[in-house]
Formats: sequence, C-alpha cells, structure tokens
Amino acid sequence: MPDSPIAVEHHNPELRHHFADMEQQREASSLGMWLFLATEVMFFGGMFCAYLIYRYWYFPDFAAASKSLDITLGTVNTAVLICSSLTVVLAVRAAQLGKRHEQVVYLALTLVLGLAFLGIKGIEWTSKFREHHIPGASFHFEGAVPGHPDHPIDQQHAQIFFSLYFAMTGMHALHMVIGVGIFSYLLYHAWKGRYTPEYHTPLENSGLYWHFVDIIWIYLFPLLYLIDRKK
Amino acid sequence: MVSVAIFAAIVLFAVRFRRRRGVPAEQIEGSTPLELTWSIIPLGIFMVIFVWGAVIYFKERTPPRGATEVYVVAKQWMWKLQHEEGQREINELHVPVGRDVKMILTSQDVIHSFYVPAFRIKQDVLPGRYTTAWFHPTKAGTYHLFCAEYCGTQHSGMIGQVVVLEPAQYQAWLSGGGATGSMASSGQNVFLQLGCSTCHRSDTQGRGPSLAGLFGKPVQLEDGRVVTADENYIRESILTPGAKIVSGFKPIMPVFQGLVSEEQLNALVAYVKS
Amino acid sequence: MKPEPRGSGRRAGDDYSVGRETAGTEGAIAMATAAITAERENYLNQEYGIKSWLLTVDHKRIALLYLLSITFFFFIGGFFALLIRLELLTPAGDLVQADTYNKLFTMHGQVMIFFFLIPSIPAVLGNFLVPLMIGARDLAFPRINLLSWYLYIIAGIMMLHCMLTGGVDTGWTFYTPFSTAFSNTKVIEAGLAIFVSGFSSILTGLNFVVTIHRMRAPGMTWNRLPLFIWAHYATSIIQLLGTPVIAVTLVLVVLERAFHLGIFDPTRGGDPILFQHLFWFYSHPAVYIMILPSMGVVTEIVPCFTRKRIFGYKFVAMSSIGIAVLGFLVWAHHMFVAGISLYAALIFSMLSYLVAVPSAIKVFNWTATMYKGSITFATPMLYAFGFIGLFLMGGLTGLFLAALGIDVHVTDTYFVVAHFHYIMVGGAVMGYLGGMHFWWPKISGRMYPEALGKLAALLVFVGFNLTFFPQFILGYLGMPRRYWQYPPEFQVLNVLSTAGSTVLAVGYVLPMLYFLWSMRYGKIAPANPWGAAGLEWTTTSPPPTFNFDHTPVVDWEAYDYENIPAPEEARVAG
Repeated sequence: MPDSPIAVEHHNPELRHHFADMEQQREASSLGMWLFLATEVMFFGGMFCAYLIYRYWYFPDFAAASKSLDITLGTVNTAVLICSSLTVVLAVRAAQLGKRHEQVVYLALTLVLGLAFLGIKGIEWTSKFREHHIPGASFHFEGAVPGHPDHPIDQQHAQIFFSLYFAMTGMHALHMVIGVGIFSYLLYHAWKGRYTPEYHTPLENSGLYWHFVDIIWIYLFPLLYLIDRKK
Repeated sequence: MVSVAIFAAIVLFAVRFRRRRGVPAEQIEGSTPLELTWSIIPLGIFMVIFVWGAVIYFKERTPPRGATEVYVVAKQWMWKLQHEEGQREINELHVPVGRDVKMILTSQDVIHSFYVPAFRIKQDVLPGRYTTAWFHPTKAGTYHLFCAEYCGTQHSGMIGQVVVLEPAQYQAWLSGGGATGSMASSGQNVFLQLGCSTCHRSDTQGRGPSLAGLFGKPVQLEDGRVVTADENYIRESILTPGAKIVSGFKPIMPVFQGLVSEEQLNALVAYVKS
Repeated sequence: MKPEPRGSGRRAGDDYSVGRETAGTEGAIAMATAAITAERENYLNQEYGIKSWLLTVDHKRIALLYLLSITFFFFIGGFFALLIRLELLTPAGDLVQADTYNKLFTMHGQVMIFFFLIPSIPAVLGNFLVPLMIGARDLAFPRINLLSWYLYIIAGIMMLHCMLTGGVDTGWTFYTPFSTAFSNTKVIEAGLAIFVSGFSSILTGLNFVVTIHRMRAPGMTWNRLPLFIWAHYATSIIQLLGTPVIAVTLVLVVLERAFHLGIFDPTRGGDPILFQHLFWFYSHPAVYIMILPSMGVVTEIVPCFTRKRIFGYKFVAMSSIGIAVLGFLVWAHHMFVAGISLYAALIFSMLSYLVAVPSAIKVFNWTATMYKGSITFATPMLYAFGFIGLFLMGGLTGLFLAALGIDVHVTDTYFVVAHFHYIMVGGAVMGYLGGMHFWWPKISGRMYPEALGKLAALLVFVGFNLTFFPQFILGYLGMPRRYWQYPPEFQVLNVLSTAGSTVLAVGYVLPMLYFLWSMRYGKIAPANPWGAAGLEWTTTSPPPTFNFDHTPVVDWEAYDYENIPAPEEARVAG
C-alpha cells in the first residue's frame, strides 16, 4: 500500500489500489465523467452543426417538415426527461443521506421515466413511418411552405430534414438506451446496499451522464420541433 | 535558408559540444527575451509570406472581365469542354495565345479537379455547382491537363492537354469545323424547346421574371434577401426553382432537375448571359 | 536558486526505489549484480500465462500489448506502401489493376494513420511511462485502459476483414459523393472500423488527462512535469475533443450510404463540401495527435544526451498547448481549392501560419539545449537529430502549403505527400523509434545492441530521404497524387523514391529483429543506463508491477542534469 501524506483511512472495500485514498478516487472518477461528457458534446455537436447549416439554407422546407412533428408528444417527452433528471438527483441525495430504500425508489422511477421516453419516441417514429416521412425509397412529403399554400415543399430538402431528425433523435435514443442499461445496473446495486454516504460515486457520475442526455434533448426539442410554429 | 541556418547550428553544436572529459555541460535555464525574439521574428516573416501568397491567390480567383468563356463538364473519367463559339472538345482545350480564358466548371458525378501545372492553376470541380478558374496563356505549346482530385478507378487516366496556339493557327483550328453554332444560340434552342419562353418573356407580362440583362445584377427575393444573378443562381433556378423565389412572383416554375443535361444547362446559362 | 537537499522526502533502505544518489556507477553495478544474481520480481515475470496478459490492468503490460498490435499493423501498412512503390517504378499501370492500386493507397493511409500513428507513442510509450514519470502506481482507470486496447483490437479485426473481403478505395479521406454514392467497395465496414478505433483513442486520452491532473506524486507540480507529459496532455486534449467529430461524420457517411440519404450528395440536396469541413475538423488536429507525442520524446532525449536541462521549459510546455489549441482552427487549409470562399481561405491561411510558431519555438529550444552541452551520440540521440532535421523540412514545406498562391499549384500533388511523410515518418516515426530505443532498457530490462541501433538509424535516415525528397520535386513538377499510371517524364524520380523505400524497409525491420533478440541475449540493463532524469529511471529495469514501493515525494526540478552524474560506460561514447 502506498504511503501518503494524508492520514491512513480505514480501508474502504471500494478503494481501488492504485489510488491513494477515496478522495483521489472520487475526484478522478468525476473528472473522467466530465471529460467524457465533453467528448459527447463534440459528438452531438457535429450533427447539430450539419443541422444548423441546412436549416439556414432550406428554412421554408425545414419549417414545414418541423410542423409535421407531433408537438404534444414532444412536449410530454421533454417533461418526462426533466422529471427523470429530478428523480436522479433525489436518488443521489438519498444515497448521501444513507437511505437505501429511497435510493431504490428514485432509481426505479428514473428507469420508468426513461423507458416512457423511449416508448413515446417509438410511437412518434411509427407515425412517421406511416406518413412516409422516413428517408429512403418510399419517402414522400405532402405539403406546402407554411404561409405560402401555393409553394410546394422541395422533397429533397424535406428528406434532409428527416435524415437529420432520425440521425439526431436516433443517436439520442441510443444514449438513452445505454442510460437505461446503466441505471438498471445501479438499481440492482443500490438494492444490494452498495451505495453509502461514503461511496456513491457511480450514482453521481451516472447522474451526470443522465443529465447530459437530458440537456441534449432540451436542445433537440426546440431545434427540431419548434421551427416557425407560429404560422 | 532558415533550415540551412538551423541545420548548420545543429551540426556546429553537435561537433563543438561533443562530450569531453572534464568539461561538464553548462546548465542554462532559458531566456525569455531570446524566446520572444525567435517567436516574433518568424511570425513577422510568416505574415509577409502569408500576404504574398494571399495576393497571388486573390488574383488567381478573380477572373478578369471580358475573358473568353469555356464551359467544362467533368465526368468519370473524361473532360468535356465547350467553347462559347460552340466547339466541343474531349480531354483537350485549344486556346489562342494572349487571350484571357475563364472556365466555368461542373461535374456530372463526383468531385474532380482541373489541374494544369504549367499554368499554376488548379480548381476542384464539384457536382451540383459551378466553380471557376482562369488563365492567360503567354506561350504556345502543349501542356498537361490532369485530374487532381481522386475520383475512382481511372482517376489517373483522366488526363488531357491544353493546346495553346498562335492566333492564326487558332483561327484555322476554329474553322476546322465541328461547331454547331455558338453556345448561346444552342442555349436559345433549349430555351424554346423546354418551353421556358412561355413564362419568361422579354416584356413584363410573363408569369416569370424577364431574363434580359439579368446576368450579374442583384435580384430581390420574396423573403427579403438580395442575391446576385451569377452562373450558380441561374443553374439553381432551373434545377430547384423553389429555393429562391423572385419578389413579386409566384412559386410556380416547374422543376427541371433530371430533365436537362449538364451540357444543356451550360448552354442555357450561356444564353441567359448573352 | 539551489533546490532542496536531495532525498529529503525519500525513505532509506528502499529496495525498489533507487535514490538519485545511487543512480551513478555504483548504483548501476549494484543493480546489475542484483538483477543477475537474483531475478527480481518485475511486471514481466510477476505472472505468466496468456490470461495474465489478456486480462491485465497493468499499464505496462497493456503498453506491450499495444506494441505488438501496432507493430503488426505497421507492417501491413508498410507492405501496402511497398506495393505502391513497386507499381510506381514504371509509368504504366502494370503491377496491379487500377482498382487494386486505389485500394492499396487507401488502406495504406487508413492503416498507417488510424492503426499505427495515432496510437503509437501514446498507447505504447505513453501508457508505459505516464504513471512512472509522475510517480503514480497506474493510470487513473486501468480497466478502461484495457478496454481501449480491446476496442483497438476489435477495430483492427474489422479493418482486416474489410481488407480481406474486398477492401475500400475511397482514399483515406472518404470524400463524398464518391464514398457515399459511387464507390463499389466496403466503405461502410471501413468507416465502422475507424469509428471503433476512435473510441480507443478517446478513452486513452481521457485516461491520460485524468491521471495527469489527479495522480501526480506529492511535490510533482505542473512545472516539474517532464515535457513528455505536457506533450501527452496536449495530445490527449486533442484526442478527446477532435475524435468525436470524425466519429459522427463517419456515422453520417455510413447512414447516407446505407439508406441513400442526401446529406452530402448534391443530387439529393446535400453538400459535399460540408463533409470536407466535418472531416478535416478532426483530421487536421489528428496530425497534431501524431506529432506532439514524438516531440515529447525528443524533449526527453535531447537533455539526457547533452547533459543539460531543456532550454526554456515553460516555453516548450506552453508551445504544446498552443499547438493543440491552434491546431483546431486551421482545418480548411486542406480545402483551398475545394470551392470555399476567398475570405475563408484567407483566414485559414493566416491561422495556419500562427500554428507554425509554437513548433518553431520547440526546434529553437532543442537547438539551444545543445549549445554548451556535453553531447554523446547513442542511438536515441541519432533519432532525435534525425527528427529535428526532418521535422524542420516537413514543417517548412508546410509553410509553403499554407501560402495560398503556392498551395494552388502543389496541393493534391506529390508535394503534399512528401510534406506529410516528412512530418509523420521523418518526424513521428523517428521519434517513436528514438523513444523505443531510449526506454527499451526500462521496458525490457535489456540493452539493445548499440552498433546495430546506430546502423538502423542511419538506414532509416538515408532511406527516408531518398524515398521522399524526390517526391517534393515530383509534386512541384506537377505529378498529382493517387495516380496509378503517370506520364513518363516523372519516372526517374519515382525510381529513386522506390529505391529509397527498400532501404527504409530494411531500416525498419532491423530494430524489430534486434529488439526481439535482446529480450533473450541482450545485456542486462541497469536501472538508469543513460543517467537520465525522471522518476521512471528510479525504478528497476524492468519496473515492478506497482511501479513504486513508496510514493515518491518530489522536491527537485525537472531535467536536473546538474546533479545527475553521466554514465561512464563506454557504450554511450559518441
């Protein structure tokens, strides 16, 4: 065991042996998660960049396509995710206070909300499928530019909107699925009593991840669903 | 010169400061003034080179007025060129000495690049858009033309030549036949053939804006933007008319994408410009 | 200002951590004797068996796993290069078919860049040395380190499968719409393989940044870090922030190709230039991922073999960060003739000149370090000299390319090919080889044969110049790149280039052979054969699994060569 200037603490079974103490381990894990989230920002950033450029070029067609998205379901999903971030925070709080039962409840709620989000997404995508808005051979977008009933939509431009829509929401949904997986793991271990006031770093860091995925959605929603709705 | 100086310094130091018994190395921490000097002076030199290169580039990307125009369509794996006067060439371009030549380039498929090493010009040729390049031949001769952007199997076979002729020989070549009328006149044929003239009349009564004298002028669009009517604007208006609607007109122009070839597009552009 | 007295934080009677005082002759002899008489437990012999290697979390073993894998891919990429050069011996396309040639240069580029150069120094030398240099027992996330390697292996298998079942011919740059709508080769598979390898890179970078921030030994302040660490820190920042962009770009390319979307296809409303912007946004910083670690290696070697502290420590450290930051701002200098606006071109050209300044600072500082030094010429130092000279040439030709007017003439020709090979091979690979020789005693516990080392360095230097210098001329004369056949007037220079490549190949094979030989028959290495500064040299050669028995407490500055006696051994005589 390496000596360190800090007083030797009781050997927490969760302490990995290459760290000097729990504090170093916690700080390292936390920094690691923040850096990972920075990479995710760059990752989604590439798609956001492509989206913003095409939106600028093809604004009328993008506006029309955006209107065809279900704003009610989108809003509900936004609320669902925000609530799920709340339950995550409450779960971490419960761990800080040493309350095992509460942790489990909030983690389970988070999972339920996360799955609800994915379910609603599935419904939205299915309706897109039925409307022939999925890019590919059978793509067809009926409609006119909002406010200009005699100006038909350019099919190619609309298809680009939907390509980016599915790419972005699909990538987001994939991250949600991974999040659901992570939180299932956490739920199991929380139930086993693994997370205590001294050690709940996995909860905190996974919470960061979940909040991040939530924030991505909070950007996606207005960008994709709320273009020019007032017309 | 800089590299020679540094090489010399390194070799000098390597020899002069070889390990010698009893002569320890002298520990030198550093010297901020020296660091700043050899940062700022190179930066100054770099900025000079930058400006020099930028000026050349600016000239190279600004075709002069009155240049003869040649329309180039690149495709896997050949160059198709058409002179204003109507001559078509494949993989070869004949031009006279002393006259500015401006090329208006587009690709039928993937990205290519029009490269004439002897003229120091190179310009990527893109599908869906026009790009331009120009040169002023000063010496008669035959010069390599290469494709300089990888474009598939026969990328290295997509080569040709630019033949610069003395004016008299160029005239002879021109009258050697093969011309089917100038590009502008074949453009006019396409214009009539495809029914463009039904809406785009020379008076103001047409359902579409008049095209007379349009080229190069600013155009007011219905969404408030003002754009310049250049080759890319004309091309876009034919292929995707809904993209830019002229103020005061309805968006009823039919889409011609898929109905008109690159050569016909070039001819139409030439016609509108005339 | 005189530093604190030596050893104030060390513990006496340390068996494993050899204090600075004993790093001289007596210490060396003591260590060597001990090593011979009783083979001490170290990370290599602590556990045997394939499982102990494949499930290891020891950063040193993972470094060796990477060493094997990247060497394997280096030879695959090198094999493709040899075939390319053989084809180019004659102007006609007579060795392979055009399609095959196009696949060869594509896969040479992809393998060399993504499976050799980008991992090379960070994953081998970085993994091995970062914890040792900062006084830590391992990286911050040892299991993620192993995951990094497995991701690399999975990506490598995908790439191999792609190559064996038809290959890809888009050029490593994947330009659209050729890659998305015209190529008939396995673009999707290659794209996904590179996507996976990107995650390996990201995780390595993440590990290094957290380790350097949080696991430095007491007293190891930022300004006492070896510059190798600064270089890897800067590299890791680029890996973290840049790689995700190529990842998402490849995802879009794969989706576009699979589902016939139109994001980059002008016939479907898309823009091929957008692809180029997204692609180069990563791929330019990627070249700094490839060169910065190598610069870090040189910055370790030069002080050791001149017995002097590095000139201008702070400037060298900051220049690494400067290169990383500025490197993100210059990507469109790959697109000057692509059809971007005139004004964009002007801005990117100017920024490209800015990024040259920090690199110049490094070269000046290395040279200044040699001034009034006590220079010896062991193999690592020969590679360092080679690096400085060749990087200088590569860098200066980069300045030519940044000049808009010149770039129009030479872009997409062999001039560019020569430029980037000067930096990546003459620079990065020389640095890699120099580092491998410098730290080989530490890694393996053996000395490599010095005479052969010098011979290989010479062969690499000569072979390299003969291969790539003619290419500058070829490009200037107008020979475009990626050409399977070419006009006959270019033949002589091509023949020279091919001749050089055979010499270069021998220069590369030699070290592989004698490193292997040395593992069995090489002279046993003492803890610090070069009398070098740095915490890694205070451990045994090879180090024990947990690096340090007691956490070192650092109270001396970096490159403290004033207080380290030079090794007396004749083997390092110049």
